[in-house]
This record gives sequence, structure tokens and C-alpha cells, in this order.
Amino acid sequence: MSEITPDLVRHLASLARILVTDQEVEQLAGELGIIVDSVATVTKAVSGDVAATSHPIPMANVYREDVILPSLSQLQALSSAPDSAEGRFKVNAILDED
Amino acid sequence: MAKEQLMSYEDAIERFEVVIGLEVHVELNTVSKMFCGCANNFGSEPNTNVCPTCLGLPGSLPAVNRKAVESSIAIGLALDCQIASNGRFARKNYFYPDLAKNFQTSQFDEPIAFEGEISIELETGEVFMVPIERAHMEEDAGKLTHVGGATGRIQGAEYSLVDYNRAGVPLVEIVTKPIYGALDKAPELAATYVRAIRDIVKSMNVSDAKMERGNVRCDANVSLREKGAEKLGTRTETKNVNSLKSIENTVRYEIQRQAFILAAGGKIIQETRHWHEDRGHTSAGRPKSDADDYRYFPEPDLVPVQPSKEWIEEIRLTLTEKPSIRRKRLQEAWGFADLEFRDVLNSDLLDEIEATVSAGASPQSARKWWTGELARLANLQEVAVQDLPITPEQVASIQKLIDSGDLTDRIARDVVAGVLAGEGEPAEVIESRGLKIVTDEGALIAAIDKALASQPDVMEKIRDGKLQAAGAVIGAVMQEMRGQADAARVRELILERAK
Repeated sequence: MSEITPDLVRHLASLARILVTDQEVEQLAGELGIIVDSVATVTKAVSGDVAATSHPIPMANVYREDVILPSLSQLQALSSAPDSAEGRFKVNAILDED
Repeated sequence: MAKEQLMSYEDAIERFEVVIGLEVHVELNTVSKMFCGCANNFGSEPNTNVCPTCLGLPGSLPAVNRKAVESSIAIGLALDCQIASNGRFARKNYFYPDLAKNFQTSQFDEPIAFEGEISIELETGEVFMVPIERAHMEEDAGKLTHVGGATGRIQGAEYSLVDYNRAGVPLVEIVTKPIYGALDKAPELAATYVRAIRDIVKSMNVSDAKMERGNVRCDANVSLREKGAEKLGTRTETKNVNSLKSIENTVRYEIQRQAFILAAGGKIIQETRHWHEDRGHTSAGRPKSDADDYRYFPEPDLVPVQPSKEWIEEIRLTLTEKPSIRRKRLQEAWGFADLEFRDVLNSDLLDEIEATVSAGASPQSARKWWTGELARLANLQEVAVQDLPITPEQVASIQKLIDSGDLTDRIARDVVAGVLAGEGEPAEVIESRGLKIVTDEGALIAAIDKALASQPDVMEKIRDGKLQAAGAVIGAVMQEMRGQADAARVRELILERAK
């Protein structure tokens, strides 16, 4: 069984700054649990000598040339931000690193 | 935060073996960003070089900048690395608002370049081979400004403002293997290594390489172990040290700090630290462990980078001469003494002097202009000497006029001042300011006679063998000629007159 507890979902939601109701927490814990368990099942089926797949189609070397394309305006860039000031995105204080 | 207790450097080196490891981030000077077409430009208005991709908006897709890959391969080759036949990007997941995506697109277990080395020569001439573990491609993060709180630092801040112009700028991170055996030279080796990387990426023109702008930044790992011990000690990582002096200071400080703790029977906490140049010490950041879980996984939106042998060889052909080899070659060709040459290197004037010499000036005169008068003027104006509005060609043309006797050193300085003031080419400045040396001997003799008339005893003194008495007359003549006479010629004329 997965170890996705309601508390873990709440922690994840707070890191991602997503507001979740108690009902959603219960629901997500169950759904995320199923996903994690499913991945665990697949992991069991794969032996160590199988290379990891990062892309379903065998392609390589897709590049763009080093040219400038139009950017958004500052107004456009900030238009969907929850808050902004001085032309910048405004975020909650981060008490992590000095 | 209060300064921590330190062991004296000599005692620390006597008792412990120092092991360092360096991570250098190099910002590439591509025109556009790593994964989108936004301009890679320093100093734009905030959030004007951003698009859905570098803002991590839903539905956007990254695309790899070919030039950035090329520059990364070039850096790998310059460090004698092997280039991976298959490199992949990976997502490094973390929650921090300097990137809007909640992950950094980086490389994990398949970096573009690996297993290299670079030889580093210290001032004493001692040479260290620094082993390179890997060089990988990634993107830079945005810039946070912490607002509120007393110090404008993150602790106590009320909120933070984010500018994503730098988010997505291509970076190459160069990681060394642990470096053993540097003993008391570890701090110097660290700084010299970073300087060598900076010189290489600058000479290859893959980065602007301005440390003060953060184009080249270093994370310094330091650990100590008892002499003879097998096991590595616990390390600390001091982040984002961005000047050569700070790198040297930070390594030295960590050696002394860790030595004090270990000698007192304490334990080093594995953590990231921050260097404060103004206060001369490091302070603790967040605790870190090798178990730090970024949940790396292959980036599903990007396909592998598989450079062909032909492409790699093509890039290899474009590699410029290694800076260390170029330095040796130039010092020999120019015949500079070690001290003179070190002065040139420390002021970062090799390119300017080389260009001035190619434009026809003698190496010594080129050196004197750049490290002397021009450095002095730049200092007065508080700009970098390289940024003065005068070209090596202009300096060389002024020097040629000194060599041909058309200008004195003093007049030449006026010409330089005119060029710097935007009055045009040296010839135009000479013309408009009337700065020609006075070669009309009649005018000189007239001025000499006038000066002698007011100082009648001078001739007597000279005839008595007191040649230095001519000085007062030379001074008066030079003043009369507004400095535009050849003082040596004036002296000759005075002495002739005294015969």
C-alpha cells in the first residue's frame, strides 16, 4: 500500500500553494496512492538491464537556432500573477536560505 | 551573526589535510535563452525577457538552443573532457520561486562532458592538475529581491519580488573531483582555478565572464581530515562566491573554522554556507545532506543530445589557444619581467596590450600606457580601464608620434585626454587643440634668451660646471611654450648657449 497520507497531501499542497479542502485531501490521498502503487508495480516488472525511457519516440538532436523571438510585455507577464509590485512577481517571504 | 571561533591558519594546516571541490557556474553569452527565444540580456527592465516557456506556463514547450550546446561542448573540450555521445536533460524538482516551473531543467546522470583535467599554475610556479568530474548544461534561475526587514536580506523579509529575465539563461556547471594535496595552497589554488576557467570561457568568447555580474560564480566545498586518515571529512559548501578574492578568503576561513571545531572534538555539520565579503566570514545556510531529494527524472519534453563525431571535431577546430599557453607565449615575446607581467594579468589588460602591440607600439610602451596613465584615468572616472573610449589602435598611433619626436610624453597625455573627451581621432585632437611639439628652434632660442635675461646668474653657474642650474631655465621655457617643447632639446640648446 502507498504511504500517501492526508497529512502528506496537505504538506504538498502548501508547498505548491494550492488551497485544498478536507474533502479534496481525502480524495487526493486515495488517488495519488493508486498512482504511486501503480508505478511501484511497473518498477517490479522492469529488471536492471532495461534502459530508462525518457521519450516514447526514438528521436535526438532537436534544436532551435540562437535567435531572439518576441517576448511577452511586462504587463502580459504579470497579468495572471496573484500579486505583483515594481514590475516583478510578488511572492510570500521565503524563510529558507540566508 | 557573531563571528565563529577560528584556529590559526598555520596550526590548521599543520594538523589537518584540506580537501576542496569546486563547482563553477558559467553563464553563456548566447543571444537567446537556453530553451526559448527570449533575449539573454543583462540589465533589461524586469520581466520583459520572459515568455510562456521560461515562466513555466501550462502548455509551453522548451526547445534547446543549438549554440548553447555548441558552447558547452567547446568548454568540455577546452577542459580535456570526453563529450557524451548521448546526453539527456533532467528535471531537478524543488520548491523555490526563483524558477516558476518548480523545477530546473538540468542534466543529471548523463552530462554533456565528463572526465577532464586542467593544469593550474600558482604564483610560485607550482603546477596542480585539477581533475574535472563533469560539465553539464542547465538553466539559470530568476532574481529575487527581498523586501522588508531591517537588512534587506531574506531573514525578516515581508515578501520577495521576482524578476524572471535571468530564468532560462544558459549555464554550464563545471564540477571538479575532490582536490587533494594542495595543503596550505588550497585557498590560492581555488581562486587560481576559477580565474583559469574565467579566462578560458572569456578567450573562447562563450561567456562575457564578468564575475561582478555573476557570469562566473563559484560554490566552494571544503572539508578537513586528520592527517593520514582515509575517510573524507564532512564538507560544507559555500554558495555563489563571485570574486576571486572572496573565493580565496572563503576557503581559508572554512579551513580555520572547521579546524577549530574538529580540534575541540566537535562535528562539522554538512550544510550550505554563505560568504560575506564585507564582514570576512561565512554563515550557515540550510542543512544539506547527500540525501537531498530533488527527484531528478529525465525531462520528457526534450529529446537526447547526441552530438556527432563530425560536429565535435568541427568545434574542436574552433578552439582558441589555451590562455595559460598564450600568456607564456606573450610574456616571452614581449620580454616582460615577472612582476610587470603579473601587473598586466592582474589588471586584465592582456587583450588591450596585445592589440596595441599589433597596431605598432612597442610592448613596453603599450604596457606603460595601459597600466599607467590609462589605468589612472579610468580610476579617476571610476570605470574599468577596458571601458575607456579609446582603442588600442589610437593608443598605438599616439605612441608612434612620441617615438618620431612629434609629441612629448606630456603633450601625448593631452591628446589622450582629448580622445577620451570625444574630440575625435588623435590627429584631430592634435589639430584642434594645437598640440604640436615646437620644433622651430628660433622660437625656442628666443624663449631661452628671454628666460636667461631674467636669471642672469644661470650661465655663470653652468660654466662653473653646475649643469643642474639649467633646470630653472628649462622650466621657464617649457612654461613659455605651454609644455609643447622637447625638454631634452631645450636643455641641449641652453648648454650650447653657455659655451
